[in-house]
Parts: sequence; C-alpha cells; structure tokens
Amino acid sequence: MKKDCAMTKDAEMKDDIRFIRARQRWSTDNRRRNAMLTLIAVGLVCGALFLASRFADEYQIRILNMVAIYITLAVSYNLINGITGQFSLEPNAFVALGAYSASLMTMTPLEKEMNFIIDPCVPWLAHICVPFLPAIIIGGLTAAVFALFMGFPVFRVRGDYLAIVTLGFGEVIRVVANNMQTVTNGPLGLKGIALYTDLRWTWGLALVTLFVIVRLVNSSYGRALKAIRENELAAESMGINSFRHKLLAFTVAAFFEGMAGAMLAHLITTISPMLFTFFLTFNLLIIIVLGGLGSLTGSVIAAIAFTWGSELLRAVEEPTNVFGWFTIPGIPGMRMVIFAVLLIAAMLFWREGIMGRKEFSWQWFLGLFSRREKGAKIV
Amino acid sequence: MTIHLFLQQLINGLGLGSLYGLIAIGYTMVYGILRLINFAHGDVMMMSTYFAFFGISVFALPWWAAALVAMALTALLGITIDQGAYRPLRQAPRISALITAIGVSFFLENVSLVVFGSRPRPFFRPEIFRPIWHFGGITVLSLTVYTILITLALLVVVYVVVYKTRMGMAMRAVSKDMQTVPLMGIDLNRVIAFTFGFGSALAAIGGILWAMKYPQIEPLMGIVPGLKAFVAAVLGGIGNVFGAVLGGFILGITEIMLVAFWPELSGYRDAFAFLLLILVLLFRPTGIMGEDLPE
Repeated sequence: MKKDCAMTKDAEMKDDIRFIRARQRWSTDNRRRNAMLTLIAVGLVCGALFLASRFADEYQIRILNMVAIYITLAVSYNLINGITGQFSLEPNAFVALGAYSASLMTMTPLEKEMNFIIDPCVPWLAHICVPFLPAIIIGGLTAAVFALFMGFPVFRVRGDYLAIVTLGFGEVIRVVANNMQTVTNGPLGLKGIALYTDLRWTWGLALVTLFVIVRLVNSSYGRALKAIRENELAAESMGINSFRHKLLAFTVAAFFEGMAGAMLAHLITTISPMLFTFFLTFNLLIIIVLGGLGSLTGSVIAAIAFTWGSELLRAVEEPTNVFGWFTIPGIPGMRMVIFAVLLIAAMLFWREGIMGRKEFSWQWFLGLFSRREKGAKIV
Repeated sequence: MTIHLFLQQLINGLGLGSLYGLIAIGYTMVYGILRLINFAHGDVMMMSTYFAFFGISVFALPWWAAALVAMALTALLGITIDQGAYRPLRQAPRISALITAIGVSFFLENVSLVVFGSRPRPFFRPEIFRPIWHFGGITVLSLTVYTILITLALLVVVYVVVYKTRMGMAMRAVSKDMQTVPLMGIDLNRVIAFTFGFGSALAAIGGILWAMKYPQIEPLMGIVPGLKAFVAAVLGGIGNVFGAVLGGFILGITEIMLVAFWPELSGYRDAFAFLLLILVLLFRPTGIMGEDLPE
C-alpha cells in the first residue's frame, strides 16, 4: 500500500514536471503570439486613423482627437481610482496644469504680449518659446511634480476625505489660475495657442499611455497597487509601502493627465480657468465607472462610447423634426441631466460597468472564434 | 477706528458663518450616521431657495409661509434622495454611495438649469430684514443680526432634538453602531429618513437666508456654500452638531477677515477654505470638537 502510494507520487511528480515544461513552452509561444497580435492591432488602428485623416471631415477628426484624449485621461484616472482603489477627484487640476504650462511654453513672445493685456507676463515666461514635443513633456512633468508634492498631505487621509481633499485641490488650482494674472492671464485665459495637435499626436499619446500603464499594472508594482486596493492593512503587513505605491500611481497618472491637458490646449487653442472645472472630472468619473472601476480595457471602451455618445446626444438639445409633421423643441442642458442619471443608474443597477475588473486578453478573443480552444483552460 | 472695523467684520463674519453652520449641520448628521458625504446637500439647499421663490412669486404666499412650505418640500426632497439613491446602496462599498451622491448633485444642478434657466433671479427680502441698524460706528443689516439669532435659536432646537428626544437618542445610537441598532427594535430607515429630512429642513432655512442676503438665486449657487459647509463640519469635528456651527463661525469669520484686511487676497477666498480643510486633516483630523468615529 505504502509502496503503491510512493510510486503514484513519483509518477505524479514526473507528470507535473512534464506539465510545467509544456506550460512554459506554451506560455512563451503565447506571449510571442500575443505580442504579434497586439502589434497587428496597433497597425490596424494606425491604418484606420490614416484613412480617417485622409477622408473624414473636420468634425469627425475632432471627435477622434477627443476620443484619444479621453482614453488617455480615463486610463490614467483609473490607475488611481480603479487599480489602486484611492477614490480621488482631481484630474481637472492636472489637466489644467498641463494645459497651462505647455501653452505658455509654445506661445511666441509676441502672442504672449497680445494676450497679457491687463498685466504683462512675468519676465521669466515672456521670452520662452519651445517646440511642441518638449512643451508636452514639460506639461506632464509640471503635473507630475505637483502631484508628488500634493501626494504628501493628500495620502495621509483615506476614503471620503481623500475624495473631498482632492476635489479641494482641483478647486484651488482653478482659483489660482483665475487669480495669477501675470502667469495665467487670469479669467481671460490664453488665446491663439498654435494648433499643433493632430491625430498622430493624440493617438500616439493614447497608445504610449496604454502601453506604460498596462505594463505598470502587470508588473510587481501593479500587483502591489491592487493589493492596496483590496486591503491596505494586509498589503502593508506583507511589506508593501502603501504610501510610496500610492504616490507612484498618483504621479504616473498626473504625468499622463498633464500631457493630455497639453494636447487638449493645442487642440482647442483657447483655454481659460472655466474649462477646468469639476465638470471635467465628472465626465471622467462617468467613463471609468461605466467602463468598470479597475479595468483599463473598460476605460478605453467607455471613453470611446462616451465621447461618441455625447456627440450623438447633441440631438436632444436641438429641435428635432418628426417626419415633417411637427417639431420637438430642443432642450439645452438636457445632455448633462442624462449623464447624471446615467451615473446614478450605473451605480444603483450596474455597479460592475462594462468590464468589471476584467481585462481584454487575446486568449479570450481567440476563444471566441475557435471552438476547440474554448475548452482548453490553460492560463 | 480699527476696533470698529474689526467688530464690523466680526459681525459680518458671524452672519456668513451662521449660514455655513446651518448647512453644515445636515452634512455632519448624515456623515455621523451613514459615513457618507452627501455631496448633494448644497444643491438641496439651492432647491429650497427655488421652492421659496416660487411660493412667493407664483402662489403669492406671504414670505414666512413660503419659507415653511419650502422647508417641508426640502425635507421631502432630502428624504426622497435618500430613499431613492442612497438606500439601495447601504450594503455596497462606501465609495459607491459617494459616487451616487456626486451623481445626485449633478442631477439637481442640471435639472434646475434646464427647468429654471441659468439666469439669476431676484429674491424677495421681507420688510423686517431690510432696515440697516447702527450700533456706535458699526453698520449692520438687520438680516445679519436675525440670521445669527435664528442660527442660535435653531441650535437649541437641534440640541433638544438630538439629546432630549427618542429619535435623537436613536440617531446617536445609529452613529455609534449601525448593526446593533435594528436588533434593539429601532427602525433604522426611519431614523435615517428623519436625519435627512431634518438636515435638509435646516439647509432650507440656511438657503433662504442666504438668498435674502445676496438677494438673488441661481441653479449653481449651492456648490460653493455646500463645499464650504462641509469644510466647516470637518473643522468643527464631523458628527458633532455644535462643532458644525462652531466650524461655520470660524470659517465665516476668518474668510471675512482675510478679505477685509488683505483685500489683494480676496480672489483666493474660495481656495482658502480648502487650505484650511487640508491643514485640519493633517494636524487634527477629528476637528475641534470631534471624537474618533468608528470607521
């Protein structure tokens, strides 16, 4: 009996070893395959965008640009709120910081002189003029540096307090932008920013953001962030320094949000403090909630759906003619009511959102097509 | 001269602070019981001013009757929001309720933008609140004095309700331990509904006094007072009704003094409350009069 048992154990072990080797081979193969597929997908997206840039009209290209900017913003916002589980309400601050710092970099001294009509611009800014790429990076870095300093007081509180303190920071940034006449031109804002942003820039940034954040989430840092989300105390007792990890997530997110802000400024070419109210954060909040708090894939899908959807919803604000019989008057402001109802309804009835916490994987995608692989459950 | 100026600003600050305090009571009671920041509270206050406005202008009610009707309607609105939006989420993670509260706040703001329009409307200031009184060198609008007196009177009412009635006892019990309370035969939902109704009615009084002070109303008027009242509640110690009023006074006075003595900083007035909030949370998270709440 005993001998029997030992023999089976031995056989089992051999089996195990064979299985593990097979799995290793399989997973390297898979990784190669997945990388290829991802590259192909990126290629397809680029091809589609190239076609769009040739044949789509200006309005559609503008929506495509906004889609990419919202993808960048939503994915980085989800890194803090969904992956790390630190519910915060500050992206409008980082977007504003990025937008203002990048615009002040790219504007020529002449344009600055024309903008700052009430008070002249401070001398150290008045004569700077740099190309777009360094300006974007400066925009991102400004937001990141600010996030780093902001993180120290902010991450000493948790939960609801974190939400309200970060909301407060967003307001403070807006108030400062409204009042620092010599730096931000106050409530007048900045006009005549060069139109540098096009599809290459916005989608390039969106892809880079996705690449970096997906890699971050799948690294040991990402697992630590998720551990903090699930149970901060347990994570701490496993040796994870939760403060440093939160700060890391916050700074990385702020960097990308700042760059997205820079893109936004050079797309709409006119910025003012009114643009960066809590409303912007609210839109992003709807996106990440609908996409699923904690799913980057969900954020991408929801960002696309939200941006297109909010354009389609413009119909409710314009008069609609029903078969030429009568006209339904448009109700201005109705879109925001619909968004608010959408958020409440999602929270009450559909808290998972589109993706919950699941992510897109090629394994799952291919499984849709081949019946054979559906049964195979090798991870 | 300076002492006069100081006293003048002090009474202005007290007037503003009472308004913050009245709104803050609602925040602090809801937070004390549900651990939920009711983001929509400032907008509930805004709705109350519109109720009163239509009571006066459309239904031709005398101002005090309009105020009473507005209080009742606002209380009803508060209870409806709780039952419709927050009650299904009692067992959900707390963040879900917070997100819903943000949604409700946006909903109220935008529905009123659609229904009432974004144009500010003039608000009626009754005869007894109009005279301007002079005490020595100080000039005060009678409304400011009445506001402070009404706040102090309501504080007594709040004290009686929270510490001398069965409902108040139940409220305090819920804030200590929500799980045990239903086991003691107390209807949890009634207690929570009462809290929302009571807090909203107080916010209605604050809102109507606010509207009489700046005599105009608009759909987004609730945001900033709402946030500042929350800061006042944290400053005073969240969960403590007296703390909320004290925090309101401190916030109102410091804000007015800041603007009065450093006029060049007046643009930063709205940022100041948040800096204060951050400082409080850093150095004394429980506020001035607060005790540690169970998480």
